[in-house]
Amino acid sequence: MRAVPVVIAYSLRESLRRKVFVVVLLLTIAFLGLYWLGVVRAFEEARGLGGPATEGVDLDVVVGSTLFGLSMFATLFLGAVLAVFLTLGAVRGDAELGLLQPLVVRPVGRAALLLGRFVGAAAVCTVYVLAVYTAALLITRAAGDGYLPDRIVTPGLGLAAAVTIIAAMSLLGSVFLASTANGIAIFMIFGAGLVSGLLGQIGEALQSETLESVARFTSWVLPFEALYQAGLAAITADTLGFTRFAVRLGPFGGAQEAGPLLWPWALVYLCLLGTAAVVGFARRDL
Amino acid sequence: MPAALVALGLVKRYGDAEALRGVDVRVDEGELVGLLGPNGAGKSTLVKIACGLVHPSSGSAEVDGAPAGSARARAAIGYLAELFRFPGWYSADELLGLHQRLTGSSGGRGERNELLELVGLAEARDRRVEAMSKGMQQRLGIAQALVGSPRLLLLDEPTSALDPVGRRTVRELLEELRRRGVAVLLNSHLLSEVELVCDRVVILYDGRVVSAGRPADLARPGGVEIDTDDGVRSFASAGRDDAPAIVADLVAAGERVYGVRVLSTSLEDVYLEAVGGQTT
Repeated sequence: MRAVPVVIAYSLRESLRRKVFVVVLLLTIAFLGLYWLGVVRAFEEARGLGGPATEGVDLDVVVGSTLFGLSMFATLFLGAVLAVFLTLGAVRGDAELGLLQPLVVRPVGRAALLLGRFVGAAAVCTVYVLAVYTAALLITRAAGDGYLPDRIVTPGLGLAAAVTIIAAMSLLGSVFLASTANGIAIFMIFGAGLVSGLLGQIGEALQSETLESVARFTSWVLPFEALYQAGLAAITADTLGFTRFAVRLGPFGGAQEAGPLLWPWALVYLCLLGTAAVVGFARRDL
Repeated sequence: MPAALVALGLVKRYGDAEALRGVDVRVDEGELVGLLGPNGAGKSTLVKIACGLVHPSSGSAEVDGAPAGSARARAAIGYLAELFRFPGWYSADELLGLHQRLTGSSGGRGERNELLELVGLAEARDRRVEAMSKGMQQRLGIAQALVGSPRLLLLDEPTSALDPVGRRTVRELLEELRRRGVAVLLNSHLLSEVELVCDRVVILYDGRVVSAGRPADLARPGGVEIDTDDGVRSFASAGRDDAPAIVADLVAAGERVYGVRVLSTSLEDVYLEAVGGQTT
């Protein structure tokens, strides 16, 4: 395991050199610019509203939490893009290019190689997600006259953990699938997770126990979605009354908390993904 | 001291296809063994098993007395794959530095300079891989394989992208390695190259060893040819020891002799005979 830091440094350097990193950075700048414009206009327009319909409703909280929820979705999506592109070809893709063999024949150990690749990708994705999350938070606060979500730290960490899980899934996929197939598979799984989250929100609105059960089950199978949903729920955790009712009518208002077992399960899930990847890689002919 | 490489009864199946069907190979310390065979004969599979990239279906392979693929075995080898690529943003010096860290080599800058000198890349130490020609990358690959002073060097087609000068550099390098006691398993299609540098050759065909031995031992006498006034006189059944007597007889018979050639089959003839002239 002494070679793990060497592989991490190799992965970090590789991550920063890849064109996808530049693309994601440009997309991020574009997103944050548009987000800033949108948030400023939305708060201005909300302050123009009034009358009995909005009595008892804190419009800054409604607008702030809804838009900040949107920014969390965008952060998760951009983080997922980064995570997938940093890991989708880590094993089979690199082996097909001839990049992996010179490393694997060294006395490093395949598990250490995989761990180094994972830690490198997870570190880049975590820093990226937390940076975008913080930027969106500051933009929302500046435009919303000091608006802050009810919870700040947990949702950010949840997003970082969600993207880390996606990176681990992509790394596991890279052991068995070629780069393109792996990328497609992971984005389909990512999409499935988001759809299940939407189903849960619809289920809650329609009081459908079946839809909610499907969403709950999928959240445990794909805990990155549960972490995202828990983060969404946390930003309005202390919001009550008519304001809470108004928030729940919005597109991000029906998010569910997953309970105290979510984080331990996310950790176990990561370990399971890692074990499957290590076992698969150990048995693989290159 | 254990042999650098011992493979016994190696079998490798990919689904229904058998790449190796019970191969025995031994490479001793400081020995340079050439691995020959047509495409699909199992040469690369054998090399990959030796360096732990491929798991054998049955049989065993040991490197420096340790099971192939184990950490100890991997610490004893240097490997250059047939199809390899290095990250383009690394300079030659940085790439060797990376492999020093991976092997735990304490050679530092001195080792890197020596290796780059050895493969003729001393002037390109700061050049990025992406700015190198294929031939330079291949020589850098050989230098990379030598990081950490391996006991066994596994080279899979190391000269395929090299020009004649580059090939000669590699030949000289292999001879230098032999002097240093490094064992080499050289997988190559270039028979003349193998014939020039290898102590022994192993010819694989269809996953089996069909011929093995020293190039000189594998060659058979091919007769004697003598240039005379009457043209070239051939003595097909004669050998090297018969040449003086034949020349004496011809001179005694009044013929003038201008040249004598003792013929033997080349490694190419041996190879073609062993594989039945097949290629795949």
